[in-house]
Amino acid sequence: MIKIQVKNLTKIFGSKPDKAIQLLQEGGSKQQILQDTGLTVGVNQASFAVNTGEVFVIMGLSGSGKSTLVRLLNRLIEPTCGSIEIDGEDVAAMSKEQLREVRRKKLSMVFQRFALFPHRTVLENVEYGLEIQGLPKEERREKAKQALELVGLAGWESSMPDQLSGGMQQRVGLARALANNPDVLLMDEAFSALDPLIRKDMQDELLELQSSMQKTIIFITHDLDEALKIGDRIALMKDGKIVQIGTPEEVLTNPANEYVEKFVEDVDMSKVLNAEHVMKRPETITLDKGPRVALQLMRDSGVSSLYVVDKRKTLLGIVTAEAVSQAKAEGLTLQDVTETNVPTVRPDTRLHDLFDLIAFSALPLAVVNEGDRLLGVVVRGAVLGGLAGRVKVKQEQPSEQSLERVNLVG
Amino acid sequence: MDKLFPKLPLDQWVETLVRYLWKQAGGGFDLIKMLISGWVDFLAFLFMGLPDWAMILLFSLLAWLLSKRSVAIFTFIGLSLVSNLGYWVNTMQTLALVLTAALISIILGIPTGIMCARKKAVRDVVMPVLDFMQTMPAFVYLIPAIFFFGIGEVPGVIASVIFAMPPTIRLTNLGIRQVPVELVEAADSFGSTAAQKLLKVQLPLAKPTIMAGVNQCIMLSLSMVVIASMIGAKGLGADVYRAVTQIKIGKGFEAGLAIVILAIMLDRVTQHIGNHKKNKEERA
Repeated sequence: MIKIQVKNLTKIFGSKPDKAIQLLQEGGSKQQILQDTGLTVGVNQASFAVNTGEVFVIMGLSGSGKSTLVRLLNRLIEPTCGSIEIDGEDVAAMSKEQLREVRRKKLSMVFQRFALFPHRTVLENVEYGLEIQGLPKEERREKAKQALELVGLAGWESSMPDQLSGGMQQRVGLARALANNPDVLLMDEAFSALDPLIRKDMQDELLELQSSMQKTIIFITHDLDEALKIGDRIALMKDGKIVQIGTPEEVLTNPANEYVEKFVEDVDMSKVLNAEHVMKRPETITLDKGPRVALQLMRDSGVSSLYVVDKRKTLLGIVTAEAVSQAKAEGLTLQDVTETNVPTVRPDTRLHDLFDLIAFSALPLAVVNEGDRLLGVVVRGAVLGGLAGRVKVKQEQPSEQSLERVNLVG
Repeated sequence: MDKLFPKLPLDQWVETLVRYLWKQAGGGFDLIKMLISGWVDFLAFLFMGLPDWAMILLFSLLAWLLSKRSVAIFTFIGLSLVSNLGYWVNTMQTLALVLTAALISIILGIPTGIMCARKKAVRDVVMPVLDFMQTMPAFVYLIPAIFFFGIGEVPGVIASVIFAMPPTIRLTNLGIRQVPVELVEAADSFGSTAAQKLLKVQLPLAKPTIMAGVNQCIMLSLSMVVIASMIGAKGLGADVYRAVTQIKIGKGFEAGLAIVILAIMLDRVTQHIGNHKKNKEERA
């Protein structure tokens, strides 16, 4: 279900933007408009849709307009033109009162530098959103405490923000945003100011929270690793324009243009690709066949081992060429020479986690699902190919995305 | 040249304007005069309501409550000295005058400062006026002040207000505009109304800066007392003025010292009020 539908959202800084809008619609670039009109294009006709419960990452280098874009969504910056529909209502066209109501009930924001109120205690900070809605003191205290508990800061209620570490301060920021129980969280480089270890913890925790809360999250970042880790989908921005939207795999493997390609070229593919992305079709044999058939099959397909499966493709074991030759010589059945101790991995295992297994195993890795059904095989060459970026990824289904997300948390 | 560009009759214009104002709103000026002089007299009466020693104890206690112990000790010793030298009545008269001027400056100045911070248009109009108020020699606006309010303490208060209000406005404006953008954005993003944002975020965070403005305002009002005494305001300024005209070095020093003591006392107490809450939190 679509939660947020953004169409042609544009921000031009400076007065009299009409000419610049016209130029943009004619396809003019940011540089060209600056030259012709002296106006700065913040966001150039951005259009995208975010689904309910999705983590939508907007990524770009500094100056690409990503922070402006997120501020257009709750109109901290007034859009020049375009529409922002949240649950079908256009935020861009709302009156001040309607906008205030949306900000209070539906949208909460987490800031890069935390933006905690230094004169208020942790609890008073978290209470803020509820306080301005006029909730009775007891009720808002209760809700604020729950939000603090959710982010693991129970017991810190009466501390002042400057007594906390950066990571803890951002937890307060997150709790403050969650206390309102909004549908949508806007996170503007929320973890960028934290040091790398803390940042990783916070990412994990956000994903864990998200798996139970199912908020719609729009997450701004300049860090590709972060985007790949937490994003269900990623939008890449350059010069105020969205240049590509896709799942992390799509962005990595099918970069829309040179800019995206450059952006993603340094990515550690082993942390992005899964076993299923590099696996090959397995050569299999069933137990009712004899050693001769097995040898013939190996010769035909040019492999030195076959996976033994039953009719339902359940993995039973593996037979190697040597074992089959031995069976043929000694008159044994396939079952007698089947090696049942086969290294297996799941389809969603990261390439990164395959290295050890594949380095120390004489046999290729079998990719099986929860029911032990054989899906594919991973050989060393395919892993290397994956690292070199020679992989075509098929369109992912939403169900697989959520599967992957849960896996990341664990 | 003289004939090509005859002198602008600026002086006549100003006089015409002042007379016009007085004609139109003379009753209003009378009302203001009554209110201010009534208030100054009330304060002075209050400050001299008890014997010297009782008031000295009371002021010291107040200084302790508002500030810290060392300030209270200074207040006690300083005021005792003033009383001993025989300047008690005039010191209280001056205190009443200064506090009245400061109070009016704050009541008018802080809202003006807030408006300046919110609207650039207001700022563009107010700031040059403030420059004018601060740099025009104080004696010059004593003249219309006498014209509107006669002689005595009221034109003194008015002149002090004109001279002392600018820092309050400037620092209120500065304090609010110095609140980090992200905090203002945070307040907005949760759906604060303009009033909520001002009261819950901007003013609390601007408080130290605003208090610095209030402190400046009191100090500047105090520096006006001598000038105000030239148009008949009672108090320490009159003592100094008399000493100057009669070349009495010793008397001049004593009266000047009383002003200094009053100044240090007011400065330390107001400086501390701004940081007061923070200290309390640190202790808690």
